Amino acid sequence: MSQKTTDRTGTRAAKGADGMTRRNVLKGVAALGGLAAGSGAVTGFPTIWAQNPITLRQFGTGVSNLNAIAEKCKADLGITLQMTALDSDAVSQRVVTQANSFDIADIEYWICKKVFAAGTLQPMDVKKIKYYDDIVPIFTTGKLTPESKIAQGTAPNTVGFVEGPDSKKFAPTPTQWMTLIPTIYNADTLGIRPDLVGRPIKNWKDILDPAFKGKTSILNIPSIGIMDAAMICESAGIIKYGDKGNMTKAEIDTTIDFLIKTKKDGQFRAFWKTFDESVNLMASGEVVIQSMWSPAVAAVRSKGIPCVYQPLEEGYRAWGGGLGLAKHLKGAQLDAAYEYINWYLSGWVGAYLNRQGYYSAVLSTAEKNMTPDEWAFWMLGQPAKADILSPEGKVMYTAGAVRDGGSFQDRMGAVACWNSVMDEDRYMVRRWNEFIAA
Amino acid sequence: MTLSRIAPYLQATPLTAILAAFLVLPIATIVMVSFWDYDSIQIFPAFVFTNYEETISSPVTWNTYLNTLKYTVIVWAVTLVIGFWVAYYLAFHIRSATAQMVLFLVCTIPFLTSNIIRMISWIPFLGRNGLLNQTLMTMGVIDQPLEFLLFSDFAVVLAMVHLYTLFMVTPIFNTLMRIDRALIEAARDAGANAWQILTNVIIPLAKPGIAIGSIFVVTLVMGDFITVRFMSGGQSASVGLMMANQIALLQYPAAAANAVILLILVLLLVGGILRIVNIRREL
Repeated sequence: MSQKTTDRTGTRAAKGADGMTRRNVLKGVAALGGLAAGSGAVTGFPTIWAQNPITLRQFGTGVSNLNAIAEKCKADLGITLQMTALDSDAVSQRVVTQANSFDIADIEYWICKKVFAAGTLQPMDVKKIKYYDDIVPIFTTGKLTPESKIAQGTAPNTVGFVEGPDSKKFAPTPTQWMTLIPTIYNADTLGIRPDLVGRPIKNWKDILDPAFKGKTSILNIPSIGIMDAAMICESAGIIKYGDKGNMTKAEIDTTIDFLIKTKKDGQFRAFWKTFDESVNLMASGEVVIQSMWSPAVAAVRSKGIPCVYQPLEEGYRAWGGGLGLAKHLKGAQLDAAYEYINWYLSGWVGAYLNRQGYYSAVLSTAEKNMTPDEWAFWMLGQPAKADILSPEGKVMYTAGAVRDGGSFQDRMGAVACWNSVMDEDRYMVRRWNEFIAA
Repeated sequence: MTLSRIAPYLQATPLTAILAAFLVLPIATIVMVSFWDYDSIQIFPAFVFTNYEETISSPVTWNTYLNTLKYTVIVWAVTLVIGFWVAYYLAFHIRSATAQMVLFLVCTIPFLTSNIIRMISWIPFLGRNGLLNQTLMTMGVIDQPLEFLLFSDFAVVLAMVHLYTLFMVTPIFNTLMRIDRALIEAARDAGANAWQILTNVIIPLAKPGIAIGSIFVVTLVMGDFITVRFMSGGQSASVGLMMANQIALLQYPAAAANAVILLILVLLLVGGILRIVNIRREL
């Protein structure tokens, strides 16, 4: 009777995998040749898979598993991408338990910390990554600017490198062997209904305001929910953490006990687990302030309902994902995977992701693929001169609008912690379940 | 050995094979895994009791089981009353067999859609700004929206009753249809009033149907996780939900231990029902 609806699993293969015509092959070769010549990056091998079509099976969370990317990849490189979208729990399961079921894993950095030791992924040689030097330094040195402090939690640079090609041990500083090539990242905060909260929201602790009793929600994905909870607890002065991303048992206890008390007082309306749930809770007015993801805010807004992704004084909870290569890849397939990654960083995808409100790994190439107005709006936090369109061509913001939270530097520079997996993970999950059952 | 001697074994083979492959083997695997050990990414073959110890010693487990039992008892009682009521009406008040069949099919029409759809459609109806609250407020019955309607135990029970009542109606209707009408006439001739006929003749004879319906409802509610999750807005837990969470976190051995405990509990409940009512007698 019970059906699992939380996993929205859909295999979306780009068209024409089997029906490869000579014309398409030629087009693929031409495009590839053009790209290779234009970029000057790859020499020697690009034609291999144009004559002998290669399919790469990629799976990951829905955010970056986009059909448009598969289609463009097919057109530009001739590589067929078979995409499967899963939730983050299913993704980690699959990386560990079904190593041969994928070629490219699109996973988050905290998942990487959890699964890389299982030995089903292989690190990448940064010498083969053309835009390696242009990758946003958050992912290499950990510092957005030389002065910035590394945020708490599983910061991407801490799990971004291993010591050698066969190593499973994360290196503290950049090495030649990168675990994940960053694809997409963002800074998360609370979403609010400005028409219903009736006062300015400035801190994470505002979610505890008795005025919002029964009208708040946080997300029920333990590894992410605990971070939002930690931001709230610290803001409310309940506790000061050594490292929010790696709590001690005592810190977990304090946090969960506080959550249980808050829940028993009726502060929360619901706990959400999927994107759609968070959109519905907000759009229907069941909640007025809650944990949210940025596209969910856009989705609420697209219904004509006011919703703001509220920047808060304590800073953001950030997350990031990247592409990892399966251990079993070798030969032409491995070359194709590198080619795909170099293409991914070469700008078109970056611009596509930036236009969705996320950030991409190599900003210089993305900028070239965006209009100056788009760049100013999304990345510099300036008012839009004309309507801002989504990649599908829908109006997301009208002229004059300013992005919530402002520029890239303002947002990514104010990251307080990263999504993470803790040493006391098992204990935390047990206590979290207690909170949900309480 | 003659064919006639091996024929019964041959006849039993397909069912045995199916049950072995799809029932015995999976359950044996679950039992086996429940003794394995795990860390945050993988499970290792072992023979440890920590999964059971952690499950049984945790107050969360007990609360969750109690909560699940609470849902089971309430949903069972409500579906029994409604189910019996509907079945009784269909069996004794509708005279024509055609009308009976048509009305019975009417009962099943909601089941032509998926149970998830039927459940989720309650959410916009019961919400703070939902249809029901808006209607009541327009009529002036209430000033403030009723908050308990959605994301509460009430919502969970309501959705489960909606989803599972037919499982009660069908077997009860079936047994009621088999009751020899002469028995009721005899009772009436002997001076029994309507209530006495109901309690002394019809209910005892309907017991097998009630038992079968109860088994359906009890097992469905005990194993449910999606209704609890959606209708309580993630605020309540059930055993199924606890297992789903554990599986999501790759804690398969813990989930398996939970599954074994739940299986034992459900089997005990079903065993109890079967001890009270001999369902084979009437089938």
